Amino acid sequence: MTEASNVLKLEDVARRFPNRTPGAPPFTAVRNLSFGVNQGEFVSIVGPSGCGKSTLLNLVAGLDRPSEGTVSLHGVEVSGPNSSVGFMLQKDLLLPWRTVLHNVEFGLEARNLSAAERRERAMRELKRCRLTEFADRYPYQISGGQRQRAALARTLAIEPDVVLLDEPFSALDAQTKLVLQKSFAETIVGSGLTTLLITHDLSEAVAMSDRILVMSDGPGRIVEEIDVGLPDRDNPIARVATPRASEIVAHLFHALHIEDRLDA
Amino acid sequence: MTDQATTPAAPSTPSREAPARATWAGGYAVPAASLALAVVVLVAWQYLPPLFGVPKYIIPRVSELAAEFVRMWQNENLLTHFISTASMSILGFILGGLLGAISGYALGLLPTWEKVLSPYILALQIAPKVAFAPLFILWFGYNAWPKLIVTILVVFFPILVNVLQAMRVMDRDMINLARAYNMSRSKIFWKIMVPFSMPNLLAGLRIGATLAVIGITVGELVGGEIGLGYLISFGQGQANTAMVFDAIILLTIIGIVMYWAVTSIETRVLHYVPRALDAPPTANP
Repeated sequence: MTEASNVLKLEDVARRFPNRTPGAPPFTAVRNLSFGVNQGEFVSIVGPSGCGKSTLLNLVAGLDRPSEGTVSLHGVEVSGPNSSVGFMLQKDLLLPWRTVLHNVEFGLEARNLSAAERRERAMRELKRCRLTEFADRYPYQISGGQRQRAALARTLAIEPDVVLLDEPFSALDAQTKLVLQKSFAETIVGSGLTTLLITHDLSEAVAMSDRILVMSDGPGRIVEEIDVGLPDRDNPIARVATPRASEIVAHLFHALHIEDRLDA
Repeated sequence: MTDQATTPAAPSTPSREAPARATWAGGYAVPAASLALAVVVLVAWQYLPPLFGVPKYIIPRVSELAAEFVRMWQNENLLTHFISTASMSILGFILGGLLGAISGYALGLLPTWEKVLSPYILALQIAPKVAFAPLFILWFGYNAWPKLIVTILVVFFPILVNVLQAMRVMDRDMINLARAYNMSRSKIFWKIMVPFSMPNLLAGLRIGATLAVIGITVGELVGGEIGLGYLISFGQGQANTAMVFDAIILLTIIGIVMYWAVTSIETRVLHYVPRALDAPPTANP
């Protein structure tokens, strides 16, 4: 990993929030966070709930500023929301009053693009996410998996340098999840996107990424880094079936002390 | 939601599997029963009161109501009174609705002001607005202003409260998404907040439409020489019960038409909200 090829770089980042009880010390959500994500790389972050994954996401998206350290994109410090980062949550956040097509156009409406240009880019992303025939449907008329694909199309339409995925598959049933993971993996490999996936699903992390960062809680920091080293990143279903994948999952299982936990 | 994926055509053709008998029951039986009930009530109204010896100044017969209606049309300028009440109701509704919506959005965008003002808003909301009518007559005299102001006040609050409610429960993640896309505050307002609050705004307008007629009627009852409310008070003085009944019926019709107008706007604007027939209720909370 060379310094120059880092698209996204976090250096000794900490984020503290003022405590609700006056006089008490501030609450530290994350600290000593340092890592980089290379061009075209797919990195997953796994960790227990409450380890500051969402804080991390807000910092990279520019919705929040670190208390210490710097977050930079292409060597430029992130100081506010910027159009080179696209993010997607567990909730699809499709606007119910817009058709799928107009939802995909939504992110482009903040820019100076002509209506025809917006339409063209939206249709291109819908095609990539295999939703062309659903362009004129409203969100309530399509399935959960299709909605999440529409949300991905909206994210890709702004042509981001980095895509942040915050547990995008966790609200789906087991089968839809597998199909959608494959569909996302193909789309992401096909467009050469740099991706940061936040997840609690260990096999999902192994199936989809090049590298896995393990976070611990109280306060959140990175405790381990694993190189997945598996081929076929565009086919997560085939990847999970390999012995190496099971090894990594077992290793992550121990690293996160899941057996020792009493409360969920 | 997942079963919808396998039958994507389902939302547009909800009644495909419904048997013919169910369609008849859903399509005609219910309105037919409603109509039959109306006929029964009217017939009973016409023939029962005389049977029990109820005098016509207590409950006039249906035929007497019709005769009085014709008389009022010919001798009492009924049309002028009707138009006055209808137009003032609509005007009061529009002004009250506009003020309520603007205040709702303004307070929704300024949470500190909302906190400062909320006890007074609650107090004014609870206060019986129609009781202010005599006060407004003292202040503004016997003209259109008192009834108009009462109506604006009556319509204002349900709309304000509904819009404010929508602004409070706004999905923060949707706003954050728009912020992450670098959207300006005014674009976020028009593209997210306004459409998000639309169901609440329209629910408030629906309530306001029925309340507008009440506001105008009270204003006309308390003071004035025009309007259906005035005819009610005039009819009462003359012990002309049929006149009172006729005026009440016309007031109800104005209210129904206004309510119906708002509802038809609502179904057009909120076409994206899944209706009970179109989708399972869990599809979209």
